[in-house]
Amino acid sequence: MPCVGDWLNSPLSIVQGIFAQNVPNSDWEKKVTEYFKEKLKENNATNWGVSLNDVPVHYLKPNSLVKFRCMVQDMFDPEFYMGVYETVDPNTNARVLHFGKYRDVAECGPQQEIDLNSSQTVTSERQTFYCVPVPGESAWVKEISFLTDPVQARVSPSTSYTPSRHKRSYEEDEDMDLHPSKQKEQHTGKSCCSGGDIHGCVEPKRLETEASAGHHVISPNCSPPLDLNFPLPGEKGPACLVKVYENWESFKVNDVLEVFGVLSVDPVLSIVNSEERDSSTLDPMECMDTAEEQRVHSPPASLVPRIHVILAQKLQHINPLLPACLKEEESKTCEFVSNFMSELSPVRAELLGFLTHALLGDSLAAEYLILHLISTVYARRDVLPLGKFAVNLSGCPRNGAFTEHLYRLIQQLVPASYHLRMSIESMNHSRFIPHKDYTANRLVSGLLQLASNTSLVIDETQLEQGQLDTAGVHNVTALGNLITWQKVDYDFNYHRMEFPCNINVLITSEGRSLLPSDCQVHLQPQIIPPNMEEYMSSLLTAVLPSVLNKFRIYLSLLRLLDYSISDEVTKAVEEDFVEMRKNNPESVTADDLHKMLLVARFLSLSAGQTTLSRERWLRAKQLEALRKARLQQQQSVNGNEL
Amino acid sequence: MSSPASTPSRRRGKRGRGGSNPPTPQDARSPPSQKRRTDDSTSTGDLQPMPTSPPADVQSPGAADALFSSPPQFRHSAIPLDFDISSPLTYGTPSSRVEGTPRSGVRGTPVRQRPDLGSARKARQVDLHSDGLAEDIVATEQSLGQKLVIWGTDVNVASCKEKFQRFLQCFIDPLDKEDEDIGLDLNEPRYMQRLQEINMVGEPFLNVNCDHLRSFDENLYRQLICYPQEVIPTFDMAANEIFFDRYPDSILEHQIQVRPYNALKTRNMRNLNPEDIDQLITISGMVIRSSQLIPEMQEAFFRCQVCAFTTRVEIDRGRIAEPSVCKNCNTTHSMALIHNRSMFSDKQMIKLQESPEDMPAGQTPHTVALFAHNDLVDKVQPGDRVNVTGIYRAVPIRVNPRVSSVNSVYKTHIDVIHYRKTDSKRLHCVDEETEQKRFTEERVEMLKELSKKADIYDRLALALAPSIYEHEDIKKGILLQLFGGSRKDFTHTGRGNFRAEINILLCGDPGTSKSQLLQYVYNLVPRGQYTSGKGSSAVGLTAYVMKDPETRQLVLQTGALVLSDNGICCIDEFDKMNESTRSVLHEVMEQQTLSIAKAGIICQLNARASILAAANPIESQWNPKKTTIENIQLPHTLLSRFDLIFLMLDPRDEAYDRCLARHLVSLYYQTEEKMEEEYMDMAVLRDYIAYARSYVNPRLGEEASQALIEAYVDMRKIGSGRGMVSAYPRQLESLIRLAEAHAKVRFSEKVETIDVEEAKRLHREALKQSATDPRTGIVDISILMTGMSATARKRKEELAQALRKLIQSKGKTPSLKYQQLLDDLRAQSDTAITKEMFEEVLRALADEDFLTVTGKTVRLL
Repeated sequence: MPCVGDWLNSPLSIVQGIFAQNVPNSDWEKKVTEYFKEKLKENNATNWGVSLNDVPVHYLKPNSLVKFRCMVQDMFDPEFYMGVYETVDPNTNARVLHFGKYRDVAECGPQQEIDLNSSQTVTSERQTFYCVPVPGESAWVKEISFLTDPVQARVSPSTSYTPSRHKRSYEEDEDMDLHPSKQKEQHTGKSCCSGGDIHGCVEPKRLETEASAGHHVISPNCSPPLDLNFPLPGEKGPACLVKVYENWESFKVNDVLEVFGVLSVDPVLSIVNSEERDSSTLDPMECMDTAEEQRVHSPPASLVPRIHVILAQKLQHINPLLPACLKEEESKTCEFVSNFMSELSPVRAELLGFLTHALLGDSLAAEYLILHLISTVYARRDVLPLGKFAVNLSGCPRNGAFTEHLYRLIQQLVPASYHLRMSIESMNHSRFIPHKDYTANRLVSGLLQLASNTSLVIDETQLEQGQLDTAGVHNVTALGNLITWQKVDYDFNYHRMEFPCNINVLITSEGRSLLPSDCQVHLQPQIIPPNMEEYMSSLLTAVLPSVLNKFRIYLSLLRLLDYSISDEVTKAVEEDFVEMRKNNPESVTADDLHKMLLVARFLSLSAGQTTLSRERWLRAKQLEALRKARLQQQQSVNGNEL
Repeated sequence: MSSPASTPSRRRGKRGRGGSNPPTPQDARSPPSQKRRTDDSTSTGDLQPMPTSPPADVQSPGAADALFSSPPQFRHSAIPLDFDISSPLTYGTPSSRVEGTPRSGVRGTPVRQRPDLGSARKARQVDLHSDGLAEDIVATEQSLGQKLVIWGTDVNVASCKEKFQRFLQCFIDPLDKEDEDIGLDLNEPRYMQRLQEINMVGEPFLNVNCDHLRSFDENLYRQLICYPQEVIPTFDMAANEIFFDRYPDSILEHQIQVRPYNALKTRNMRNLNPEDIDQLITISGMVIRSSQLIPEMQEAFFRCQVCAFTTRVEIDRGRIAEPSVCKNCNTTHSMALIHNRSMFSDKQMIKLQESPEDMPAGQTPHTVALFAHNDLVDKVQPGDRVNVTGIYRAVPIRVNPRVSSVNSVYKTHIDVIHYRKTDSKRLHCVDEETEQKRFTEERVEMLKELSKKADIYDRLALALAPSIYEHEDIKKGILLQLFGGSRKDFTHTGRGNFRAEINILLCGDPGTSKSQLLQYVYNLVPRGQYTSGKGSSAVGLTAYVMKDPETRQLVLQTGALVLSDNGICCIDEFDKMNESTRSVLHEVMEQQTLSIAKAGIICQLNARASILAAANPIESQWNPKKTTIENIQLPHTLLSRFDLIFLMLDPRDEAYDRCLARHLVSLYYQTEEKMEEEYMDMAVLRDYIAYARSYVNPRLGEEASQALIEAYVDMRKIGSGRGMVSAYPRQLESLIRLAEAHAKVRFSEKVETIDVEEAKRLHREALKQSATDPRTGIVDISILMTGMSATARKRKEELAQALRKLIQSKGKTPSLKYQQLLDDLRAQSDTAITKEMFEEVLRALADEDFLTVTGKTVRLL
């Protein structure tokens, strides 16, 4: 029987064990997943293991168990593979059964051949997802999830890799190209596939060039040889081909997953594409895919490793400070939630103070910013997304420093964010909408392919006059659609596909934004710091890390709470609305009611209340009134505005 | 059992060559078992050298017997094992001879290989020149009777063939009408007529609808689905026999090939799974990429460099076994391939992507590779929607030929046997067919049940966009639009098609959820397009010509209106659309076509789209004192093309406010689960509409016609009293369409009086809203038809007269002050005269060349 640590280091031998025991019947697969589920539970799954997010691929041992937090960027076609196959030794005629699950290559011993015609062969199906790290993931998420890893997990990699604690450091390591260690690893990788011996001397070199080519992708000024297809520019981290064996229908594009699986970087996979192409043209299968498609669908394993999923779960959030699954009725999570709830109001007050400072002393804007940050699309009523709360923060100082630093603060608070600096140039030249590239048969990502609850901060203050070209117009329309309907129409060339999304959009602008928004808040700075940069950065350093963490928990947790309105309050709201309309039908429309209900919802939630109370409703009305008064004031100041 | 001995001689005679090929070891094959299926598929990209061809030469029957001893039935017949096992013709030929096929005909027609059936190639070679020895086989076979089946299957060639022949000769289904059936007598055997057609046209392909086959013989159908590689050649043979029996003198390019289609196995790419491998499947999808033509070698021609001895080697599963020894002079490695004399067939790789409708939300589409052969090459272009029938294949990928480990993943593709385009001119008919498949019997039953409910019309209207409060009549109007009228063809009387689509314009205050309604409709209908007037240009709506970056050819790219052919085109911010764009709509909204003349492409495209437009008033708030035209500033020529124009105004009413508030509040705390129920309704609604649109085609009944006539006459009468026209034939047409749509809602084939009543009511409601003259309060259709109410026009004329008189009364002053004139006119008139009215009158007089206005002075001419 395999010893305890084996399930981490060589999960395949465990699978082999289970397989051998249960071979004739097919329930070995179920037993394998059960085994690993049990193991992960025992060892407290969240804190367990080597994560591909933190450790570069070449430090990981091939065929070990890894985890990966990622977003599904594209889905490839399902593939049929040999679930069970038989090898034959031509000399002795001895037959051995193997399993093909969790593997890329059907392996066999040096003197063996695979019997393709065996009656024991079972063909099974699996699905491949192209996964990228969560786009726009904040640095602190990476850092914290990295730090919470137990030390023993990091000992397991094949080399003595001890990453330093700073976030930047391992990327520097990566750039240094530690060839010896990598080479060693590739040899270990190959030892399991016997036939590779002939090529043994050639492959590592090839792979190295590919691997270093991979580094060029990361370095910005070199034309990328292989586009890893990250939605946002300047993203780093491993893209991964995730092979899912069950329930793949339940996953969708843009879902955030945490997968546990067997890492496969088998170098044999990399050879398939290039060298072989010209040699055997008669093979009917060769002409099936274009070179581009080959490149995309089977990139070098060193660059895009494969993970054979044993367990996968959708993540509600990626905040490492929160338990991964909040819906579960576990005592631990309940405890965590109730503990936090008890100290909610001081946290809220502190956060409000912090944001007020950040917004140059404007507490109303800070209030709205909190509401915005905890907003989430909680339902869709036919086409109408409910719970989106896109805020347009107008009246921002024109120099970029303020918005830039505001974004940095937000980045410190939310798990994923992206700062979109609008300019004629960027609108015309960036790719917003993902589109299908039929030659390579993949979905080429765009800026708007973001995971749920990503904060998108659009900075309009830098926008100059100029002409948008067709692409620019499309991009602006797409942004508008995103804000209004919370959906992005992916371009499939012959048709468009609508992908619903859930993205918090904050627009900073000088006047009213050209993009639609749910509510416009005009900023009224109370203080104008002489040095914006100094002011903002001192703000951040003044906050204790523990407090910052509380902010983070606060924002992520409140998003997940349920909410309801009692009949009583419904009645009151009705009365109120009728009353308001009676006095001045022009001033209050259905739209305004929508807005007020939204504000009331988030206001209640931000105080940790899951039902609407009369006081909150009044407070919401008051906030709205304040906001509107400000807008009107603004309107009268520079008459032609709005 | 003398048959084994006879076999070789027969083979030799047939192939006309041979020699001393050593018998290929048969044990390379897998043990005979039900797993032969995998065997056949997996060995295509094979690792070990496969037997290049079945032993064409003397092999002791005893050896064969010894080798295959396991399945008892094989013991009786070592013969088939001697041949290629997947070759049913080895049985077929002799038996067919017994049935007395006139050989002459068949002999004259060359056999065409079927690469689509893969390695069954040798099966094609019907031996008709064999000598008398063949009779022995017949005898043997007959004695063995029905026990003989093709190895690994349960297909008995003789009975299979006989059944299929009976099917061809007898199948009649007078009810099933297909679009290809033009000129067919449905009461005669359908496929016999097809054969006759082949004889006349000379296209040797017989398309067989699997559905027919299934209704004829369930078992045969099952065999076809499960073992297409064996069964289809049998079908070919059967068809050919019948054909050449009937038309012995017919000359065809090659023998008839049977192409089954419409296998019910799979409709959706997503449902393909390993069990479908090597089975006949039909899937639908869209072609996204097609490769160039690939010449695939079918038969290699080798010549010995030493003695110039030539030989042919057939391709076997993608490989050619190069002869290493010359059979003539025994020199090793002397054979060289002669390209020019080798035989090639056309092949094409096509990528098919699942159609957008089949895709579950939030996932990316799947693709599957197709291989088309011979004449099926270039039959489809990227962008075409097709139903493909073919054999699903999976072959292992070899990582490296020199390494024994294999990539454990199979490559899958479909060998195409039959294409059926769902696009082009067949569009409408086939849509119906797919729809038919989509509805299960229970669903249809449920829908019909639903349609019987008395309040179905109200129910559906309520189910439409439930998140939008009230506006019941508008929802009803949109509902009728979704159903549409019946399409009428008056081409023979010279008026072309009558528009069946209903166009609706919504105008009203901003923030009254017009856009939301549009979005809802757009999401509801399968062929909906959503554009915004601000963002779209004329070309974006119609079509434009662009240079394809790859081929450098000019291609026509269709815009929103063409794309929503047979659907609904939702246009938001209709008023913001610029003039040139709007002008395009004139043609679309009445003629339902789109004419394009650009860059050398002149054509007329169908654009049978309903238009649902939304417009905001010009002053951001609706001015109740103005007419619709004045409020939205749209040309009346365009407005008159809308069947219904609704106003979505903010009603200032307490009870309404209260309900609205309750409605909205409920939105804000209901959770996803509670809304699921509503969502179900959307699916039902969608199906209901789809079903009605494709199956219900109501005609006007006698009573309804009378009611319509009355309604129209009534409408005309209203105005005639005041000396104005109050209804135009366009209104009558609208009424008819609405009545038809309402009949469709009821799933009724006949338009009845209640339909007309509702149409009248709705039409009146809409008119009341949009065509009420704000000055008189009377509904006046001419506001929409001519842009001005009759009273307003009359008033303007009176005023102009008054002004003229006023000016003339002033004597010979050449110029007048503008303000002075206005004041004078006001003093003279007993009704209030606005500045706008005054200006309008001035303009009218200027048009008459009575005066000119320059700045603030008015000059007489």
